[in-house]
Amino acid sequence: MRHPLPRPIRSGKLALASWPVFGGLVVAFLLVIPSGAGAQQPIRIGEVNSYTGIAAGFTLPYRQAVEMAVEEINAGGGLLGRRVEVLFRDDKGNPAEAITHAQELVFGEKVALLAGTFLSNVGLAVSDFARQNKVLFVAAEPLTEALTWSRGHRYAFRVRPNTHSQGRMLAERAAKLPYKRWAVIGPNYEYGRRAWETFWARLKELKPDVQLVGEHWPTLGKIEPGGYITALLSQQPQAVYVSLFGSDWIAFAREASKRGLFQKAFFVGILLGEPEYMEPLKLEAPEGMLVTGYPWYDIQAPAHKDFVAKFQKRADRTPVVGSLVGYLTFQSIFEAIRKAGSTDTEKMVAALEGLKVETPIGPISFRPFDHQSTMGAWVGTTKLDARRGGGIMVNWEYVPGEKVLPSEAEVRKMREAAQ
Amino acid sequence: MALFIVQLLTGLANAMFLFLVASGLSLIFGVTRIVNFAHGSFYMLAAYLASSLAAALPLGPASFYAAVVLAPLGVALLGGLIEVCLLRRIYRAPELYQVLLTFAVVLVIGDAVKFFWGTENRTGPSPPGLSGSVPILGQLFPTYDLAILLLGPLLALGLWWVLHRTRWGILIRAATSDREMVGALGVNQAWLFTGVFVLGTWLAGLAGALQMPRVALTTVMDSTVIVETFVVVVIGGMGSAFGALLGAVLIGVLQAFGILWLPREFQLAIIFILMAAVLILRPWGLLGRPETESGTAGEALRREVGGRLRPPRWVWAGILLALMVLPSLLPTFYVWVLVEILAFALFAGSLQLLVGTGGMLSFGHAAYFGLGAYGAALLMKQAALPMPVAFLLAPLVAAAAALFFGAFCVRLSGVYFAMLTLAFAQIAFAVVHQWYDFTGGDNGILGVWPAASLAAPVRYYYLALLAAVCGLSALWRVTGSPFGYTLRAARDHPRRCQAVGVNVRSHRLLAFGVAGFFAGLGGAVFAFAKGSVFPDYLSMPMSVQSLVMVLLGGIHALAGAPVGAAVYKLLDIVITKYTGYWQAVLGGILVFLVVAFPHGLVGFVQARWARMRASLG
Repeated sequence: MRHPLPRPIRSGKLALASWPVFGGLVVAFLLVIPSGAGAQQPIRIGEVNSYTGIAAGFTLPYRQAVEMAVEEINAGGGLLGRRVEVLFRDDKGNPAEAITHAQELVFGEKVALLAGTFLSNVGLAVSDFARQNKVLFVAAEPLTEALTWSRGHRYAFRVRPNTHSQGRMLAERAAKLPYKRWAVIGPNYEYGRRAWETFWARLKELKPDVQLVGEHWPTLGKIEPGGYITALLSQQPQAVYVSLFGSDWIAFAREASKRGLFQKAFFVGILLGEPEYMEPLKLEAPEGMLVTGYPWYDIQAPAHKDFVAKFQKRADRTPVVGSLVGYLTFQSIFEAIRKAGSTDTEKMVAALEGLKVETPIGPISFRPFDHQSTMGAWVGTTKLDARRGGGIMVNWEYVPGEKVLPSEAEVRKMREAAQ
Repeated sequence: MALFIVQLLTGLANAMFLFLVASGLSLIFGVTRIVNFAHGSFYMLAAYLASSLAAALPLGPASFYAAVVLAPLGVALLGGLIEVCLLRRIYRAPELYQVLLTFAVVLVIGDAVKFFWGTENRTGPSPPGLSGSVPILGQLFPTYDLAILLLGPLLALGLWWVLHRTRWGILIRAATSDREMVGALGVNQAWLFTGVFVLGTWLAGLAGALQMPRVALTTVMDSTVIVETFVVVVIGGMGSAFGALLGAVLIGVLQAFGILWLPREFQLAIIFILMAAVLILRPWGLLGRPETESGTAGEALRREVGGRLRPPRWVWAGILLALMVLPSLLPTFYVWVLVEILAFALFAGSLQLLVGTGGMLSFGHAAYFGLGAYGAALLMKQAALPMPVAFLLAPLVAAAAALFFGAFCVRLSGVYFAMLTLAFAQIAFAVVHQWYDFTGGDNGILGVWPAASLAAPVRYYYLALLAAVCGLSALWRVTGSPFGYTLRAARDHPRRCQAVGVNVRSHRLLAFGVAGFFAGLGGAVFAFAKGSVFPDYLSMPMSVQSLVMVLLGGIHALAGAPVGAAVYKLLDIVITKYTGYWQAVLGGILVFLVVAFPHGLVGFVQARWARMRASLG
């Protein structure tokens, strides 16, 4: 027996299902697709970043600073007599999506180079695409060491100080503290674990009697903080190292202060002094933590004050570290194009190697042998500032990259080990 | 001991939130049979709404509590509107299309939150009077969590009263057991559906609003909560509000103690292992009822619309010719887009064999796509095989996994089948994500580029085209073969089928393996096109994407999957290129397409074609 055929569907009062509607859609679709590349006049730069998804909370102030840098260069007549145009693409926090955009930008829009990315795995994926297709990629924010070391290559550069640098800076300071019993909590994710490994290795080197009493690796983005805090309290560490990311940190900090964990242990947090992490917590931010971060409110260099003022005017908000990195990334790119005198990939690579760039935080340079910039980070302690309505960093110092980056020989060893 | 008790209380407090969200989802599913992906979005929306209301209301300390009451009501109202304006239009279409519609709602609400509140992480206000903590056995415990521990059981009691002591509640329970009977007795189903939808979204909204002092408000709150909610609902029993309570308590407590005792490699997988175990041992959940023959998700899959469209040979030849010539006319980027579409056409086409022909709804098909991709990458990188060999062997990896997981899945049907596929996919995802030494963990495997002789975009395109043409025609052959007809018979009347001596399970298992094989082939095509593989390939959003493609094309239309894949991918790429609000635009277009073509695009053409032919005589 055949099953009965249903009556054709007329959806309610709106009989939408009809040939004209269908045909109209097909035509509209065909019209949209072949919108190819337009005039080739401006210098085009492809920018891939996570504007939605897990890292979405970080990328908007970054983008605003990039737009500011582009507006400035164009106001001054552009580069090599051409306007600069940045094409922003959303990778949705997904590396495969980032590759699709890289393909579109490089083959479709014919961009001169790729820049951006925030998440480590996205950064590595785009970097591998760049290697395969011999396209320049200037990574802005991804923190994984692998990008410039074990998986580094001719076409990849990175601006921000990586997990290794920041972990080391914290370890140097932590070694001077009297704490021996340590615990760690971080996301069960490349960044969280790497950020801990360098710190711990260096701390043990400097202070061999430290011991690890507990480690916790909650799923990224899904922390249930109460349970971890009880567990940490029961292990009675004297100090806790935190590499929690984004929303996990916020949930953890709120719960930890209610449960008295901040009073019972000293806290060290990588990145946690950055405005990205401090601002959402407002006056609930914990005090007295040793952190790396970005005390933009206290940096007195005139060039930096100028940057902050410009950014506040442009974006109607205060800068975060992402804004600074975004600005520096594009300053470096512009400088490299200017020095290369063309947008030829090989010439730009040659120009970037060893390139020195004057930035709002002083000169940085790109090391020729590993393509890591010497941008440093600020190390300090957190404190609440009622006037600003949130946490700030005090007793901070700027540690330049040169002080903590490995030597050329060490880098070569890491690259060889990865082969 | 103190540790034990405090940890238990912590787990129970988390469980109360899970219970609120899950009971809402469970009630909605029980009555309307909709697997509502938008449930988490209502939760997220309420949290944001409540935090803004708390800041804006001029009531002093009371504004927090006013916001907690008002925000869920607002969200419930929105839920009601969506039910009346959108879902109700297509109740006569296969139920799966309502899933597609809820997915579109997820996208639109996601962008609405982004638009109104921005993407930066936020914290909600603290509850006045409850923001401190009290010592319990020497450990500080947040007062607010204690209040939640009291409120949760009260709400459960209230829900019990509504369901068991009011006429409306009795109707809800009746509809959960036998929807058609309730309709036959003259109950106005439309309003019953709306009412349940409003109640369900209110519960989700309440959970969201109550969460605001505890967690960070983020734009990914929706997806984080929805998967866990599925687990709770399945463990408790779909459609049972008290099952949701039991499931939530189990999960909450298990997670709390897992922190103390489980190695980290298992923490991602543990709740899905539990979910799979429950589904295997007691498919209808702890407090659910075994499903009756009618009312399964399979029922809706039976209705095939119109005649089969059999275009003459020259049409196929023309399409093939166009696909052969196209890459030399298109810019390089679009060649890569075509490659991606071909990969997804295989992925969606294989899912269509399961869902359309086999009536087996899978929420975890990405597992086989992803394992195909990983198979290719690992065979090349770890086993050092040449790329073409890895490419050819990869689908076998996926097929083997499909046969293994399928052996458990095919014992179930309907939504339980779907949930078990989801559980296995999540387990596979967790393994790939955590096995750093072998799979590279969340960093994935890089450098998976095609062999030098195939690396040029156009050459790789021809390889992908060859794979897709062979794969899709094989799938269509399978559908049209006696095996395919038996599958269809098993879909429409499993019992009669069994009665005439067909081994329904082994047929379904074979179909599952075949679908896994071709999904894996799609995965291999995709892996070499991207040059890298990542755990995301096995993730739930990927599974949902493949389902969206199949539905967009039409589940019963042979050409539906490739057309759906092409339309979805092109829409996605074109929209993302032109606007940051791609989710809202894509969601809006999906809503329109679902309402306009409730049987998919190709399904629509087929039905019209059949009518035209009939009228011509």
